Amino acid sequence: MSFLRDLYAALIRIALLVEMQYRASNLIWLIGMVVEPLIYLVVWSAAANAQGGTLGGFGPHEFAAYYLVLAAVNQITSGWHMWEFQFRIEQGQFAFLLLRPVHPIHGDLAENLAHKLAMQVALLPALGALALAFRPHAELHAWSTALFPLALGLAFAVRFVFEWTLALACFWTTRIMAVNQAWFAVLFFLSGRVAPLALLPAWLRALADALPFRFMVSFPVELLLGRVSQAEALSGLALQLGWIGAGSLMLWWLWPRAVARFSSVGN
Amino acid sequence: MGRAAITVEGLAKTYVVPVREAGMGAAFRSLFQRRTREVAAVDALEFSLEPGEVVGFLGPNGAGKTTTLKMLSGLLHPTRGSAQVLGFVPWRREHAFLRQITLVMGQRNQLVWDIPVADSLERNRAIYRLDAARFRRVKSQLTELLELGPLLERPVRNLSLGERMKCELAIALLHEPSVLFLDEPTIGVDVTMQRRIREFVAAYNERTGATVLLTSHYMADVLALCRRVIVIHHGKLLFDGQLSALVASFASHKTVSVELGAAARDLSSYGEVISREGGRVVLHVPKADTPRVTARLLADLPVLDLVVEDPPIEEVIERVFAGEPAP
Repeated sequence: MSFLRDLYAALIRIALLVEMQYRASNLIWLIGMVVEPLIYLVVWSAAANAQGGTLGGFGPHEFAAYYLVLAAVNQITSGWHMWEFQFRIEQGQFAFLLLRPVHPIHGDLAENLAHKLAMQVALLPALGALALAFRPHAELHAWSTALFPLALGLAFAVRFVFEWTLALACFWTTRIMAVNQAWFAVLFFLSGRVAPLALLPAWLRALADALPFRFMVSFPVELLLGRVSQAEALSGLALQLGWIGAGSLMLWWLWPRAVARFSSVGN
Repeated sequence: MGRAAITVEGLAKTYVVPVREAGMGAAFRSLFQRRTREVAAVDALEFSLEPGEVVGFLGPNGAGKTTTLKMLSGLLHPTRGSAQVLGFVPWRREHAFLRQITLVMGQRNQLVWDIPVADSLERNRAIYRLDAARFRRVKSQLTELLELGPLLERPVRNLSLGERMKCELAIALLHEPSVLFLDEPTIGVDVTMQRRIREFVAAYNERTGATVLLTSHYMADVLALCRRVIVIHHGKLLFDGQLSALVASFASHKTVSVELGAAARDLSSYGEVISREGGRVVLHVPKADTPRVTARLLADLPVLDLVVEDPPIEEVIERVFAGEPAP
């Protein structure tokens, strides 16, 4: 354990140093990540107003609360591993990761965590300013607020494990960006980004419940905003753990095969 | 002789590559019928290296050198054959194995582009589990040997190619590997830097007793560092032995330089005239004829000086790679 602690401390420190070199580009990323939910917030608020003030239980202030929390959750759980894997394979950089006596997932996890840590400096004030402008409203409960960090951490883990595993497709098709595009299109709908899942047709909601996407973004948002019961919260947390287990199992099975594929084709 | 550091037996690697002719029609046909062919990059290689040996691994582009180094460092699975490095099967990539080897591939880098070199070294300290005292000791040795002092605090992107290469070597050797696979370590750097890198590799080998397998297109690297060379061509072993024996095996001619004092005469009846400058004539003479030709030259002409040499190693290697009979 002390090795892992030392390793992560070093990797996160290095990644933070790199983050600091890209202040402007990080700011632009951040603007993109905040503008997207802002657009949906404005559109859905207008739709709610046109319906007489509420839509599926959401008024403009409830939409504001939903999309501001979603902006934070989406940023914290996001990843870019498919893009990164394609770059590594194309540039022949992957070999160096395989030559190191540590699994490459540690470096990626550390980089991801460092990026999130660095971005909070700008993200939280930006969301605070938007909260002042849009005056969000939600029924917060002590128990769901207390469970929120856990659900957020698990959502990060579900998304990280699935996206990192999917990125391994790069060893079979170097054009992973098509997979990336398809993945994000589905994620977009079924993780509650386009619209709160409560507003989707029943069959789409059922699909969202049956797949891992809801548990990557929407579930922690619903939990914090008091939109799930205690029983639903507990089953949601259990499902998150289940998806992490399933994703890890898939990763455990796929990783040696991906490396064997790399080793037989070379780069 | 102790246990070999590297043993290679019948090692072969065949790639399956797609075949497609140029043009729209071929591209369309390939949508339905994918054709592939097998390319043997390495074919039945056999050699071994004793601990502490520095061996030149030579061959023209595409001979299979990098593929072999990648197999020996665990990056590629062979199609056939076996190999052991320090008692490990490389492609199992056990952590204990990876902690004892390093692979330096040309200008590809392990250094983090945006931050000072010292920070990249710190990252590798954690990756290779080096304790603080060992890290300080090795870092200070490498800094001294490679003259890295002023470079450590500079971001990698601000370093020249040669400076970067020195730092690449430092980070690759930070964990004091016992086996070094060096693939074109001096490519693209100027002659002064090439010399420094060569001196460093020699010093590292001398100090640590590490085994080194080195590929380079610069014969100066090979001449300075390797007594033994392994030559491969089209993936097959062509030669394995002392560098001097390579010339003896492959050079079919000797170079005879004759100083005649007066203006040079036509000596084409003695051998192939390579150059003529003032009173000095350089001839290529078939190896078997050399004693007879030199005796004739001394008997027939007013010779002031006569030197018989093997052709330069670069020339021999160049012709071996080109598939021509060596001079």
